[in-house]
Amino acid sequence: MSPLVETRDLRLTYGRRTVLRDVSMQVEPGEIVTIVGPNGSGKSSLLRALIGAIKPADGEIIRKPGLRIGYVPQKLHIDASLPLTVTRFLGLPRRVPGARLRAALEAAGAPDLGSRQMADLSGGQFQRVLLARALLETPDLLLLDEPTQGLDQPGSAAFYQRIEEVRQTLGCAVIMVSHDLHVVMAASDRVLCMNGHVCCQGTPAVVATAPEYRALFGTGTKGALALYQHAHSHSHDTPHPHHET
Amino acid sequence: MLDDFFIRAVLAGIGVALAAAPLGCFVVWRRMAYFGEATAHAAILGVALALVLNIAVMPAVLATALAMAVTVSMLAKRGFGMDTALGVLAHSALAIGLVGATVFTDVRLDLMGFLFGDILSVGRADLAAIWIGAGLVIALMAWRWSPLLLATLNPDLARASGLDPDRESLVLTMVLAIVVAVAIKVVGMLLIASLLIIPAAAARPLAQTPERMALLAALIGTGAALAGLQGAMWFDTPTGPSIVCAAALLFALITGGAALARR
Repeated sequence: MSPLVETRDLRLTYGRRTVLRDVSMQVEPGEIVTIVGPNGSGKSSLLRALIGAIKPADGEIIRKPGLRIGYVPQKLHIDASLPLTVTRFLGLPRRVPGARLRAALEAAGAPDLGSRQMADLSGGQFQRVLLARALLETPDLLLLDEPTQGLDQPGSAAFYQRIEEVRQTLGCAVIMVSHDLHVVMAASDRVLCMNGHVCCQGTPAVVATAPEYRALFGTGTKGALALYQHAHSHSHDTPHPHHET
Repeated sequence: MLDDFFIRAVLAGIGVALAAAPLGCFVVWRRMAYFGEATAHAAILGVALALVLNIAVMPAVLATALAMAVTVSMLAKRGFGMDTALGVLAHSALAIGLVGATVFTDVRLDLMGFLFGDILSVGRADLAAIWIGAGLVIALMAWRWSPLLLATLNPDLARASGLDPDRESLVLTMVLAIVVAVAIKVVGMLLIASLLIIPAAAARPLAQTPERMALLAALIGTGAALAGLQGAMWFDTPTGPSIVCAAALLFALITGGAALARR
């Protein structure tokens, strides 16, 4: 099977500053890839490059022809001066049939929110509406930029379970950026750690049954969270070859 | 019917109110009130140019307003603070326009008419230009409404939906220039921004969707134009400021009423 999206020696810049370099990765259909890394490590930039918002300075991005991408941005501030119902928001820029709208809200776990004002939603509800929006076009690839930011651990766990369900029903691949370096979605097939480049990658350690895990996450998270152990061959504490200072 | 100057004034006021309403909503949502003001300030430079070159005022105003809006957008993209870029350009354009108009023309020109508008002197040709401009604005806004809304919410979401948010902003810039050109005769350049912002702000507490906010803003703007003109006749006050006063009164009534209703 050919990959949905592939990057080759990708380099991204803002003005003269290189935020990401030498990224070669591919995402297969149905795969869940979690990207972790500190602030400013280029995670969000990578997602923005994948949706075509930033042009690569070097390298290339190869998308499977006809690839449908669902994108959940990191921040979405809705000005209080803009009255907007959830239904109207989902119908931008093109109105969608009511049945598809309800199906997407259902799949995102927000079935009753259609007539609410966007500005009145809680953080978790807002997140689910954004997910519903990304699911409208039945994407092959779901891009989530720090979707659990501002949610507590049970909230994140519930959201991860939701994503796993979505993956099972839609069969879409998922690339999720997370700000948490060590606690990731247990269902991740791969974890990529980034800091200006890909530092390491691997699979999350599923230790859901271990007592230490229970102590860390409690019992309410039902195994949706897992630890990721970094296997870096280099350290960012000491001056790093790619940091030009 | 169009022989009556008051009827012409009423029709001109309604035309401008209808054009200003949908754009005004975006000015409020995108927080570009100062951008609107700066573009309007550039209009006086257009007036001066028209007098110097002896051409019609409205196309000259349209051209300078457009040039201003595009320049500001470009400067902002190059990393100048938007506030600073606007502050420098807007007031320079206003000052150069005022100086130029006096240096290059013999006639003691009635600048007050362009600063505060003179809706009662609107002629048939002006009226035609206003309604053509208003029609163009409404058509453009209706065509790009949803893409513009999405680009306003989040540029990346717009890009993910295959839109170019920069191109959508350019539509807004063009529409703004047209509104400035048609409104300068009616309320004058100093008050154009108020006609954009006040009706939209007054409509906000009454609206549940963006479309309804634009419609209500059009209604409120029209009401303000009619009430302001009538008030100007009764109290013998300047028309442009009277229209803005009426709009401010409507804003106060609606906002106050909505605050009381929420109690």
